Amino acid sequence: MTRHAGLALLVLLAACSSGTEEHGDTLARIRARGEITWGADIQGGEPYVYEDPADPRHLIGFEVDIMDAIARRLGDAAHPVKARMAQYTWSNLVPSLERGDFDVVMNGLEATDERKRRILLSEPYYIYGETLTIRAGDPYRSVFDLAGKRVGTLNQTYAHDILRMLAFDWVPYEGNEEPYRDLVLGRTDAVLLDNIIADRYGCIPANPTLRCLPYDIARGTYVIGIRKADPDLKQAIDQALAAMRADGELRRILEKTRLWDERQTDLVPSESVSARKRRFDREMVVQFLEAAWVTLELSVLSFLLAVPIGMLLAVARTYGAPPVRAYARVYIELFRGTPVLLQLFVLYYGLGEVVRLGPMSAAVLGLGLNYAAYEAEVYRGALLAIPRGQSEAARALGLGPWQTLRHVLVPQGLRLALPPMTNDFVALLKDSSLVSTITVIELTKRMSVAAIDLGSYLIPGLLCAALYLALSLPLAELARRLERRLGRDQRPLAL
Amino acid sequence: MISVRSLSKRHGARLVLEQVSAEVARGETIAVVGPSGGGKTTLLRCLNYLESFDEGEVVIAGTTLRPGMGRRDAALLRGMRTRVGMVFQHFNLFPHLTALDNITLAPRVVRGAGRISAELKARDLLGKVGLADRAGAYPHELSGGQQQRVAIARALAQQPDVMLFDEPTSALDPEMRDEVMAVIAELARGGMTMLVVTHEVQFARDIASRVWVIDRGRIAEDRRLRP
Repeated sequence: MTRHAGLALLVLLAACSSGTEEHGDTLARIRARGEITWGADIQGGEPYVYEDPADPRHLIGFEVDIMDAIARRLGDAAHPVKARMAQYTWSNLVPSLERGDFDVVMNGLEATDERKRRILLSEPYYIYGETLTIRAGDPYRSVFDLAGKRVGTLNQTYAHDILRMLAFDWVPYEGNEEPYRDLVLGRTDAVLLDNIIADRYGCIPANPTLRCLPYDIARGTYVIGIRKADPDLKQAIDQALAAMRADGELRRILEKTRLWDERQTDLVPSESVSARKRRFDREMVVQFLEAAWVTLELSVLSFLLAVPIGMLLAVARTYGAPPVRAYARVYIELFRGTPVLLQLFVLYYGLGEVVRLGPMSAAVLGLGLNYAAYEAEVYRGALLAIPRGQSEAARALGLGPWQTLRHVLVPQGLRLALPPMTNDFVALLKDSSLVSTITVIELTKRMSVAAIDLGSYLIPGLLCAALYLALSLPLAELARRLERRLGRDQRPLAL
Repeated sequence: MISVRSLSKRHGARLVLEQVSAEVARGETIAVVGPSGGGKTTLLRCLNYLESFDEGEVVIAGTTLRPGMGRRDAALLRGMRTRVGMVFQHFNLFPHLTALDNITLAPRVVRGAGRISAELKARDLLGKVGLADRAGAYPHELSGGQQQRVAIARALAQQPDVMLFDEPTSALDPEMRDEVMAVIAELARGGMTMLVVTHEVQFARDIASRVWVIDRGRIAEDRRLRP
């Protein structure tokens, strides 16, 4: 729900507020306030910014140290400046910066041409190499061996741009660990990510079957993102970084977290590959249509799973023997009482070692099992709403319990359940956007990818909303007709 | 055909039926009358085991019913119910099925009758209750009297040995009662063994061979009207 609300808000903001926000005095305000706020996402984990295991209320990481040092250098003895981190979802950091939620972004932000067009970028504070990780024994030696294979990477990273430029089948992730877990399980064929992440999450003793190729596929830099209107802030930060490089503080910070390597003293990499700038064109519309198809397929299959399971649960809970009733109730409360996002994570990553489901099957199963709990209660309500005389008449005619259900109760119950079922299906259509967390690219995910490519949420947001409506409106009409057909023996009572 | 022996039933502490014993021979029509809450309907519902009882036994259409019959006796009970038809005060037709399908459902599902033979039989029964032209109508398209006549045809479709009527006319407007009572009277003349719970005293006198007056859980009076 919040995702959809957030989307609507973004579309609105993009529509009304672009250009109206006034910035440009950020540096002055930082000095006046004595505080610089920087956006980051602790989900990026060690070693960037993360909660101190010894004291989870305290944030540590090399970026915390660097930002503290920059803050100190922005202030002076009379007017000290402190740094404060603001938690944001990584993929929303740049839009949030532009909106003015915080002063700068610093969280493994790579210097890409696309970002350079959008915001100001500081001089680099870290130089990384893109590392290709494969399963030991696989023959791949370069990215070019991976044409037609599935390659995992973090959403909206430089590695992501490289893969898209090569037109590879990329699989987007949001967390550092998940891409490697799926590689171990064979769901992908390789992972392309920064050496920092590969060294800490990929080629580690816990993953003995993974191997990191020893040379860099490409090099890139981590930089601090600053609003276009604040060139003086960029200048101040660049000066601070240059001073930290000169007096050895940067090296000391990086050595502390064992991040200092020969890359840091090499020449800063020149302009490298960048995803070509995209425009809103036919190809993008086709991608949206494909994503809408994924959303529809996902919702229909999940619902086809949820309906029969829900019916069984409703019958078990209404007519079953006491232990059967208890099981049905536990199922319903468990799936209804925990977030579907959590269930998808458990199904895809948690049980990944036991049952190797593809992302699409895990998504269908996860949504189907979850919605079955809701359908069960809808059908239970419908069964309870059928007058008692119906099952008595059936019993008096000699029908057994199953025959009564099949020929008398279920047909009447379905008619009663149709309006809430339609409701649930429309809700499912939109909830299906949650499966982007397990790497399925559906409509909402396509929208956010396109929004980054285009640098605007407006067109992708409107197109996305139009496609969701195009899916749900015909469905509501279909349900209305079905209702009329099933309900020909029922007319609303006049008030 | 029906033998009730020392039948007792409690609702909590209240005794609804108290040591009821009675015999009904083949072809008899019993009018069951008495004040509301006296136990008439409960007795009727015990006879086809829609309700269980606490003591005694019932032998009906060759099946013996005892207290506490459950899942293990399901087949026995279902067999008995195909031989004992029941008509309810509020008709209880299946609203999602046409008149014809209401009648053919049980023969087809319970006895495995073919569609064609079940429908032939159903149309014949609809003719007998005077509704030959309403086979395709849904219950909501029929008047109360017509619905009750379909319900009677539905019960007859199982070719029962005994028919139980639970206040078949009390939910109907006066002008519709006659058409339903005429159908019941016709059945009585045809020799069907029947129990009819009713408040219509005149009707009871006209068709019944015996009248039971049930009051406070007992058969207070068992009067023979005609041989």
